[in-house]
Amino acid sequence: MLDDRDRIFTNLYGWFDWGLDAARGRGDWSTTREILGQSPEDIVEKVKASGLRGRGGAGFPTGLKWSFMPREVGEKPHYLIVNADESEPGTCKDREIIRNDPHKLIEGCVIAGYAMRASAAYIYIRGEFVNETRRLQAAIDQAYEAGLVGRNACGSGYDIDIILHRGAGAYICGEETALLESLEGKKGQPRLKPPFPAAVGLYGCPSTVNNVESIAVVPEILRRGPEWFAGLGRERNTGTKLFCISGHVNNPCNVEEEMGIPLRELIDRHAGGVIGGWDNLLAVIPGGSSVRCIPKSICDHILMDFDSLMAVRSGLGTAAVIVMNRETDIIRAITRLSYFYKHESCGQCTPCREGSGWMWRVMERLVTGDAELEEIDVLEQVTRQVEGHTICALGDAAAWPIQGLLAHFRDEVEDRIRRRKAATSVEAAD
Amino acid sequence: MPKLKVDGIEVEVPAGATVLQACEFAGKEIPRFCYHERLSIAGNCRMCLVEVSPGPPKPQASCALPAMDNQEIRTDSDMVRQARHGVMEFLLINHPLDCPICDQGGECDLQDQAMGYGHHSSRFAENKRAVEDKDMGPLIKTVMTRCIHCTRCVRFSTEVAGVNELGALGRGETMEITTYLEKALASELSGNVIDLCPVGALTSGPYAFVSRPWELTRTETVDVMDAVGSSIRVDTRGSDVLRVLPRTHEEVNEEWISDKTRFACDGLKRQRLDRPYLRREGRLVPVDWQEAFDAIAERLTGLAGERIAAVVGDQCDVESMFALKQLMTALGSPHLECRQDGARLDPSARAGYLFNTTIAGIESADAILLAGTNPRREAPVLNARIRKRWLAGGLEIGLVGQHHDLSYPYRHLGDTPDVLSRILEGEHAFAEVLRRAGSPMLVLGMAALAREDGAAVHALGRSIAETFGMVREGWNGFNVLHTAASRVGALDVGFVPRAGGRDLAGIIGGMADGSLNLLWLLGADEIASDLPGDTFVVYQGHHGDRGAHRADVILPGAAYTEKDGLYVNTEGRVQAGIQAAFPPGQAREDWRIIRALSERLGHRLEYDSLGDLRRALVAAHPVFAALDRPRPAEWLPFGTGGPVDTTPFGSAIANFYMTDPISRCSAVMAECTEVFGIGEAA
Amino acid sequence: MSGHEFAEEQPANWEFTPDNAARADDIIARYPPGRQASAVIPLLDLAQRQNDNWLPLKAVEAVAERLDMPRIRVLEVATFYTMFNLKPVGRYYLQACTTTPCWLRGSDQVMRCIRDRLGIGNRGSTGDGMFSLLEVECLGACVNAPILQVNDDYYEDLDYELTGELLDALGRGEPPPPGSMAGRNLSESSAGATTLTGLRPASPGLEGE
Repeated sequence: MLDDRDRIFTNLYGWFDWGLDAARGRGDWSTTREILGQSPEDIVEKVKASGLRGRGGAGFPTGLKWSFMPREVGEKPHYLIVNADESEPGTCKDREIIRNDPHKLIEGCVIAGYAMRASAAYIYIRGEFVNETRRLQAAIDQAYEAGLVGRNACGSGYDIDIILHRGAGAYICGEETALLESLEGKKGQPRLKPPFPAAVGLYGCPSTVNNVESIAVVPEILRRGPEWFAGLGRERNTGTKLFCISGHVNNPCNVEEEMGIPLRELIDRHAGGVIGGWDNLLAVIPGGSSVRCIPKSICDHILMDFDSLMAVRSGLGTAAVIVMNRETDIIRAITRLSYFYKHESCGQCTPCREGSGWMWRVMERLVTGDAELEEIDVLEQVTRQVEGHTICALGDAAAWPIQGLLAHFRDEVEDRIRRRKAATSVEAAD
Repeated sequence: MPKLKVDGIEVEVPAGATVLQACEFAGKEIPRFCYHERLSIAGNCRMCLVEVSPGPPKPQASCALPAMDNQEIRTDSDMVRQARHGVMEFLLINHPLDCPICDQGGECDLQDQAMGYGHHSSRFAENKRAVEDKDMGPLIKTVMTRCIHCTRCVRFSTEVAGVNELGALGRGETMEITTYLEKALASELSGNVIDLCPVGALTSGPYAFVSRPWELTRTETVDVMDAVGSSIRVDTRGSDVLRVLPRTHEEVNEEWISDKTRFACDGLKRQRLDRPYLRREGRLVPVDWQEAFDAIAERLTGLAGERIAAVVGDQCDVESMFALKQLMTALGSPHLECRQDGARLDPSARAGYLFNTTIAGIESADAILLAGTNPRREAPVLNARIRKRWLAGGLEIGLVGQHHDLSYPYRHLGDTPDVLSRILEGEHAFAEVLRRAGSPMLVLGMAALAREDGAAVHALGRSIAETFGMVREGWNGFNVLHTAASRVGALDVGFVPRAGGRDLAGIIGGMADGSLNLLWLLGADEIASDLPGDTFVVYQGHHGDRGAHRADVILPGAAYTEKDGLYVNTEGRVQAGIQAAFPPGQAREDWRIIRALSERLGHRLEYDSLGDLRRALVAAHPVFAALDRPRPAEWLPFGTGGPVDTTPFGSAIANFYMTDPISRCSAVMAECTEVFGIGEAA
Repeated sequence: MSGHEFAEEQPANWEFTPDNAARADDIIARYPPGRQASAVIPLLDLAQRQNDNWLPLKAVEAVAERLDMPRIRVLEVATFYTMFNLKPVGRYYLQACTTTPCWLRGSDQVMRCIRDRLGIGNRGSTGDGMFSLLEVECLGACVNAPILQVNDDYYEDLDYELTGELLDALGRGEPPPPGSMAGRNLSESSAGATTLTGLRPASPGLEGE
């Protein structure tokens, strides 16, 4: 288990005040000016060296992403965009950072903004987080007042504004280019890439979009040194991570743990175990709703990091662990996710717009068994026709949960169809 | 110039080309729905997916992907085939199987591509989506269940037409294309969305259930509803013109036409003059050609040439005007007039009455001064070219005249001609804009020229052009924007008063005081409402419009779709109209009528065929020798210097939808007037 | 079913109050000059808050005018994002998350309780205008599932009984403090935190605010 001394989010549970003074007491903002005394390139190199991979789901190396920004500011300003549109089912970690440790995020914005020569950071927060928005704005106001943000931030000579922008209910705005569209006042429809945001982002300017957690851990990484962070977890899967453990566990909770912690240890130690005991476990969706579920047999030994989960055709995603025990109707559980993706599809491109609705409707029939066995293969093919054919990853995200279900629980799907057929033929015989 | 391989074929494409274009260079057809050369790239239909290496191990949308050196593109791999079949299946699951009752049938991209990429049966066992139809006005019929959400219509209206009224509401599978609160799409170019729609979601309202494409005969010709001379295709069945569609002409209309060009054609079937008439005891009675000719001959007997006048209208072909001029000359009449609106233009310098920059040339301009013109109403397709240029950035536009929404922002400099004087004198801020500009343009509209001081405004325009470097080798920024399709041709053949002849005001005066005894109106309806006196009026034309009502003899002529004829557009571009249908009843091509009458009058014109006539025409006016190749006109003096007055510039066109005998007889145009008012989103 | 549904009864006119007009100007000023369209979501939200939590078309038009945006573009935004209500909603606008993490923890019970107590299902409203209900997608508080959002506030860790208590309190016009209805501290394990225990203050939670 991770030692408390290696935990970054020391106010994860809100035991202490969120405000500036208390945050300073926890070490935030302590050496920001010195950090800003380094060159932007040095900071990028250190973040690269830490091995930090994006905490928003895709796991792209954060330092590398920053390095895509132009080295010099040309005619157009650079922007840092913080993705606080936390909407991936199962995921509720950024909310805790925002309401309990907002200054980690704000300090992270100043440092990350400096590293990419941004003149402003826009934080795009999901619209439903009204109280969290108020909290974060209050913290930003404190930081401005204390001279930590704004002109000559922290006395470093660097100018950065932080602007908080609330969305209005659209999962797709968590996709970075849809977020940019939304921030520009349009529907949140993902853009075609290339060009990538580092070339053409917000208002056509070079921009980088990072998850809240990715930004909030940066100050601590730079204070303690990249080696410290890189020394936690495994190669290519370093550092600490906020895990959200929901579903059929005795004590659902958020917890900061070391990357690569065994799933079983995570659930047993922090979430009070599976309801009904480990042997009552059916499956886990280990990384937010978009990744394929894994059955108990994999859960028994799997490590919670990017590469381990990738190896079993799932993913760490946002590290949102959704636990389902044997009382779960897993077909219905996945069907509800199919509805989610249908509901959240922006409608722009054909495979997702049409395919998400098709998949959900077939899934609804699989819940009751009102289908032909051959339709299982058709459904599987439809998921393949969506996957990899869309503008953004929402198409993949709509396909994968079903693929996971069919990969691991096909028997159950077939059984239900057979049972229903048997029941109806009995009824017919009556 | 990136070099890449498409299915093993090496191609070199211009920098900035897309992979889709590279595939086309290689002769590979890429299916598509959302992509359109003249619209921004949406990349949403996913039909154009190809396999690209190097790249991610999934198919890429070729329409949105820049072509790069050393790429290897596959358009024929299993991955690509599966992708296309998959996308096609998705497009069809919620598309109704109503092709038999869909007007798009037979010319439907979805239908065509489904033949190539569709499954022969559906695996979709759910209910299909139904979408409520939207009211987009009288021109566009909607069957929104058929919509495949390609957003071409939204992009066209936003980008090309410049009306932000179409959008896609909602999201996901419930996303729906509509106008704001289902208001009719208020654009003079709205009909183009019908052509752009790749399915039968947006079809032509007036053409609904009229015909199938395979029943139609197609004739490629030119439009006469304004002075742009758009390339069009006239579709006929038997002798009926059923619809008008655009043809691509990059230098003129690209592939757009105005709603009047497209939809006024129902006017061709109404109030037609299909036999000669003669006024007897105050009433027009049907007669045969001989009686009509006799009546005219009788009137002309012993009549001195100076007591005869002729006015040609706005949609006349060059040949009939040339023939009429020759006949009038033979009769000794010097009173010829083509400027029904009283525009102070004369044929002395061709550059003085042309849109010298050319329509395509607009794209090279960096400053435009509009004076006395509303191009959106007078020439919507040309206006779209100005908007296109504006969208590209770096264009400054100023307007002297009535303030209207032109679909792009401009500086409204004032509405009186003295603003032009102040610009010329450098006393106006816009002078600096023109001075700074590398390729400035001036556009004088008819509202600037058809007025008492029109000749002075004309001269003022010339001075501005010369002062601000608008005329130089390779660039002529002086432009006249005509509204009449026939006007440049009429000026080219010199259908203006000859020495001692009367102009329009003189002719009307002569009618009032009895010094003119016979007036020939060749399709001239705009002046005919209240001609004074009891002058004998011969009306030759195709519609029972204003001219026919005033006429003593009616000679039934042919409309533009019913005859071969030359037209010269505002650029000076000579184009050939092609006969698509026959004139109704006893009506005849106009040059033939004049030729026949000339014989009866004893002044036989020396040609028996249109070919002969054209040879005579070219001999007299070499400008007609070259079709569709406007040549730069020599810069010679024109206009008459003098004071300009302080009357504001008016409007050349009162109602966009009704400007001529055909559109005034169109029920569709009447309905548009009712719904949209007089044009430009009124 | 198709067509975007707008309230049948629409106000003839609508404008921002002077206070909100000033707020709107402040919001617009956050974005670079010429990028005022960025303020469209905040302004629609402001308008909705001024108008009892729903957006009349005249308010959409007022926002369009203020931002110099075409009305259709603002309407696109207003119909794309689920938080904009194009019809009136109850004084207490209940948004019940039923996405899988909430469903696994009993969101069906929350919905059942609402039906039992208020007689309304998804998209229903009580006749007195007090409550309306919408099933929504993941609210992003999954370890505190199931969640019921009431206007701006999240009520968490619900079950049938706790939902009943909440509805009763709302019915009395006495909304309880937002957060866990089961008395747990934020997203900490209900059995007590398993980490950071060495840092834990003597009276948990009291050092906050």
